[in-house]
Amino acid sequence: MSDEAAMGLSEKAEPPVKQPAEAKRAPALESPAMRIAREFCEDRLAVLGLVLFLAIAAIAILAPWITPQNPYDLAQLDIMDGGLPPGSESFATGGTYWLGTDEQGRDMLSAIAYGLRISLLVATVSLAFAIAIGVAAGTTAAYLGGKVDTLIMRVVDLQLSFPSILIALILLALFGRGIDKVIIALIIVQWAYYARTVRSSAIVETRKDYIDAARCLALSHRRIMFRHLLPNCVPPLIVVGTVQIAQAIALEATLSFLGVGVPITEPSLGLLIANGYDYLLSGRYWVSIFPGIALVATIIAINLVGDRLRDVLNPRLQT
Amino acid sequence: MIVYLVRRLGQSLVAIAAMAVLVFVGVYAIGNPVDILINPESTQAQIAATMQRLGLDRPLWEQFGIFVWNALHGDLGISFVYGRPAMQIILERLPATMELALVALVLSVSIGIPLGVLAGLKPNSIGGRSIMAGSILGFSLPNFWQGMLLILIFAVLLGWLPAGGRGETVEVLGIRVSFLTLDGLKHLILPAMNLALFKMSLVIRLARANTREVCLQDYVKYARAKGLSSRRIVLVHILKNILIPVVTIIGLELGSMVAFAIVTETVFAWPGMGKLLIDSINLLDRPVIVAYLMLTVLIIVTINLVVDVIYSLLDPRVRLSEVDA
Amino acid sequence: MNVRPALLIASLVAATSLTPAMAADLSIGLKSEPTSMDPQFHNLATNAQVLENIFEGLTKQDAVQRLQPGLASKWEASDDTTWRFTLRDGVKFQNGSPLTARDVIYTLCRVPLVQNSPSPFTIYTGAISDVTAEGDDVVVVKTASANPLLPTDMASLPIVSADALGAEKTVTYKPDGKCKGMGDVPQSPAFNSPDIAVGTGPYKLDSFVRGSKLVLTKFDGYWGEAPAWDTVTMRPISSAGPRVAALLSGDVDMIESPPIQDIPRIEGAGFKIIDALSNRIIYLHLYQQDEKAPSITGTNGKNPLLDKRVREAISLSINRKAIVDRIMGGYAKAAGELLPPPMFGTNGREPDGYDPEKAKQLLAEAGYPDGFGITLGTPNDRYINDEKVAQAIAQMLTRIGIKTKVDAVTASQFFSRRNKLEFPIYLAGWGASTGEMSSPLKSLVATYDKETGMGPTNAGRYSNPAMDKILTEAMSTIDDTKREDLLKKAEQMVLDDYGIIPLHYEQTVWAMKKGLSYEPRVDQYTIAAEVKPASE
Repeated sequence: MSDEAAMGLSEKAEPPVKQPAEAKRAPALESPAMRIAREFCEDRLAVLGLVLFLAIAAIAILAPWITPQNPYDLAQLDIMDGGLPPGSESFATGGTYWLGTDEQGRDMLSAIAYGLRISLLVATVSLAFAIAIGVAAGTTAAYLGGKVDTLIMRVVDLQLSFPSILIALILLALFGRGIDKVIIALIIVQWAYYARTVRSSAIVETRKDYIDAARCLALSHRRIMFRHLLPNCVPPLIVVGTVQIAQAIALEATLSFLGVGVPITEPSLGLLIANGYDYLLSGRYWVSIFPGIALVATIIAINLVGDRLRDVLNPRLQT
Repeated sequence: MIVYLVRRLGQSLVAIAAMAVLVFVGVYAIGNPVDILINPESTQAQIAATMQRLGLDRPLWEQFGIFVWNALHGDLGISFVYGRPAMQIILERLPATMELALVALVLSVSIGIPLGVLAGLKPNSIGGRSIMAGSILGFSLPNFWQGMLLILIFAVLLGWLPAGGRGETVEVLGIRVSFLTLDGLKHLILPAMNLALFKMSLVIRLARANTREVCLQDYVKYARAKGLSSRRIVLVHILKNILIPVVTIIGLELGSMVAFAIVTETVFAWPGMGKLLIDSINLLDRPVIVAYLMLTVLIIVTINLVVDVIYSLLDPRVRLSEVDA
Repeated sequence: MNVRPALLIASLVAATSLTPAMAADLSIGLKSEPTSMDPQFHNLATNAQVLENIFEGLTKQDAVQRLQPGLASKWEASDDTTWRFTLRDGVKFQNGSPLTARDVIYTLCRVPLVQNSPSPFTIYTGAISDVTAEGDDVVVVKTASANPLLPTDMASLPIVSADALGAEKTVTYKPDGKCKGMGDVPQSPAFNSPDIAVGTGPYKLDSFVRGSKLVLTKFDGYWGEAPAWDTVTMRPISSAGPRVAALLSGDVDMIESPPIQDIPRIEGAGFKIIDALSNRIIYLHLYQQDEKAPSITGTNGKNPLLDKRVREAISLSINRKAIVDRIMGGYAKAAGELLPPPMFGTNGREPDGYDPEKAKQLLAEAGYPDGFGITLGTPNDRYINDEKVAQAIAQMLTRIGIKTKVDAVTASQFFSRRNKLEFPIYLAGWGASTGEMSSPLKSLVATYDKETGMGPTNAGRYSNPAMDKILTEAMSTIDDTKREDLLKKAEQMVLDDYGIIPLHYEQTVWAMKKGLSYEPRVDQYTIAAEVKPASE
């Protein structure tokens, strides 16, 4: 429900009224992409968010090459280096642990980079699949209408009326831990948002004359769907997608925190935080606080970008 | 309207049934509760006897058949762990969760609306901008991490508030509540804040958006032109107009509060249903898990239904048959 | 607790006017709460440690698990299968009725009649063929075969009141729940009422609000030393952090199992830490049933764990001292046996030293110079820092070439999967509830056999027929000296064979206010009645 409402902001909450002023200012010759880019850059906070996100993504992608340690390779860990505060030197290798180590001797800096990798991987892969399924279901419903539409939308409604955390928690409790299982659970809880978004934009389109024209020309269903309907659904999808990817990262972290997420030997940020939770009272703050900061920074960056994108891509302005 | 209600109820029943099957089969597949519940000194024969006593030795379909038969008669089974009816165990925990959710709801509305209206009236002021920035932070901080920070700051570093548990309770009409004692209140503040923060950000954004919309409406412009005090405009015109959408959304959010309480209850050791669910999953107490889900689904479905109906009564433009579009 | 302001003030006034001294109250933060107030419902430490305040057995175990007189002042074996228990004089139940042989017979009779028990107490009564009374204060228990541990078992079987539970005047024992004169046997939920939950112990049940608190009050008619507290409140605080915070903020006076990493902080805040070695051994078990070991790679389908040299290499590769120091914060002791010496049946064997070079050499001799891949199963919420210990072991095994993955799951899944033999190597723990060696030997390493009930927790399926024979003999030997010798011999055989690999004994920790004292228990129980005001 909360995800829905958070996303619902994009549709219900923001008044379209204030936007035309900005839209009108755009020079006539500007391409839509350029207009979006320009308007996006008008908000410095959003640009900051984008830069931050790109930096985080770069760290996540490059983790194996830029971190001092592979925290998943047990042979590289040394228990004798466990629990060192930030800035300590390693007994084993002589290197420095800038953000300290956890009780296994895992370098927190490396662990955070790898944790980001897992968190972003889970979020993006589930995003991709959820969008694919959602788009397929949404366009089918909008285009075919009738019974098919009713059926698909009933399922969507039903699913959206349950809190995603509850569904994901139950699924994972049943599946067991594992990155693949977390991804599956996230796809299951997310696809319905996209299906609904795509359907509502597509319905607007199907009522337009050019679709009728295309139908009259006896173009194939597939062609009409992919060439004509879909492109018009992209802006709202981007908006929903940015909100959802932040939600997915937070949800994965929460699930891992509750102990049903990723396995302990390949910790995501959420699991690192959960792991460090045991040490919070004892003063070993770094085991939990640093991964937490990384997680929050990631989510904030995405939300800042998403917030701005919602303004510049406001679906109502595109129709 | 009646047709709508019937259809809606029918859908909900399908959802509940699907959930029951999934969970029943799923929990069966995870493992055998006797493995963890029985005293490890027991011999194989004693383990087998215990499984037989709990009905766990029967084939899955038979167990499921018995469950469905009993469920249709209003009996959701006996908890494996506690030996008492599962529903009774959950209902014991329900007040704690509902109290937490309601207090959180009140907090998020009573703090969120004024802030949101403020931000909506002065969108470009420093105040308005920082409120919005704060709301982004509010729903970017994952629930559990935010709870940990609250504990770290208010319980550990400052020592002002207890870190967990429910504290002293008072019985009111047979229900135990903690907001009427000082000790209970102290225990309630942190978890309620934790649960409220996300929704508060949501309310801020909703209230801001609606305020801005209302401000542009003719009657507000007219009121301004008439020289009404801005205080009166805010209180009478704006607030009245944004309350309906905000309250509607928040009503719907109560269900998700109950679900998100799982996280808050785990972090703060709050003895509610969410904590019970996690404990029951860990102990494979199938009757309790199934009963929890059915109850939660029922709560959510009921809330949604009530909100829909009220909404349609308040706003005649909405016709229920079209709500799902 | 219900607080009615007027009543509260009235009672406060009364209290101050009559007894100027402060009321002596104790509150304890526990990890988990009992699942029922019925002492015969769930055979589980969590329940026993709370219910022992209310109910008592014929015998009891002291802090180091030596058997002491409880409600029976003495007992003896009149022959191999007959035990005579003489009941203590002057013992009264909390409802005023005196303890007689009828209560004991009723208690033993009720065990199989408790419905829905997830862990029945029948493991203590299954072998009892007859129970008779000789007068009011002698109970004669007959067993089907010789059972030297019967008096020990009786310590885990709390005596309930036949009167309170509505028994008839005479109760006659028949095995398998066919006793006569039982009346209408109340089931577990009824025990939430203080009228049903009636024992002979130092404290009475006052109220139990699930998930919130359990309150006990002093029983003035207790036969033993007068209870130290007027009321005892037990609060379940399952998360470690909040439990510590509750102690630090004064919400509770004492907590069990503070996380090891928080101990310096607790001590720094002026609290007292008490710790003691427990009877719980943390061990590794290895799949030794056949060649078809699950989740082992790089061995061409062979099971390397069948080779004693490989098992020894695994033991030698583990740096137990590092685990104790780094992961357990010093609150554990490296183990060389299945029970910490000098408990009954131990040999005093030293823990294996850390020798990775020799371990590699042994692996090479066994034909695995490049090691192999394996999965180590472990629960992640059952033993102190369990999954962290498993990760450290995986590190150490990987160092000698055994590339180890850790499969950490929640206890319920772990036990189910372990019992299905899904792990080639797993970490688990064993606390000997009898406090002697036959308990770990019989459950963990005796050959798995459904018929005889041996080796139920032997999920590595280690089998050593010679050891089985000695163990079986020990288990029916009534003479203590002879029995201990046999147990020592049996244990030595298993350890020499590296059939199971001991890691460490858990150390149990309690934290409390300065003004309290507690004699730490090997069985890890937190028994409120044994918490005393400190003498200074």
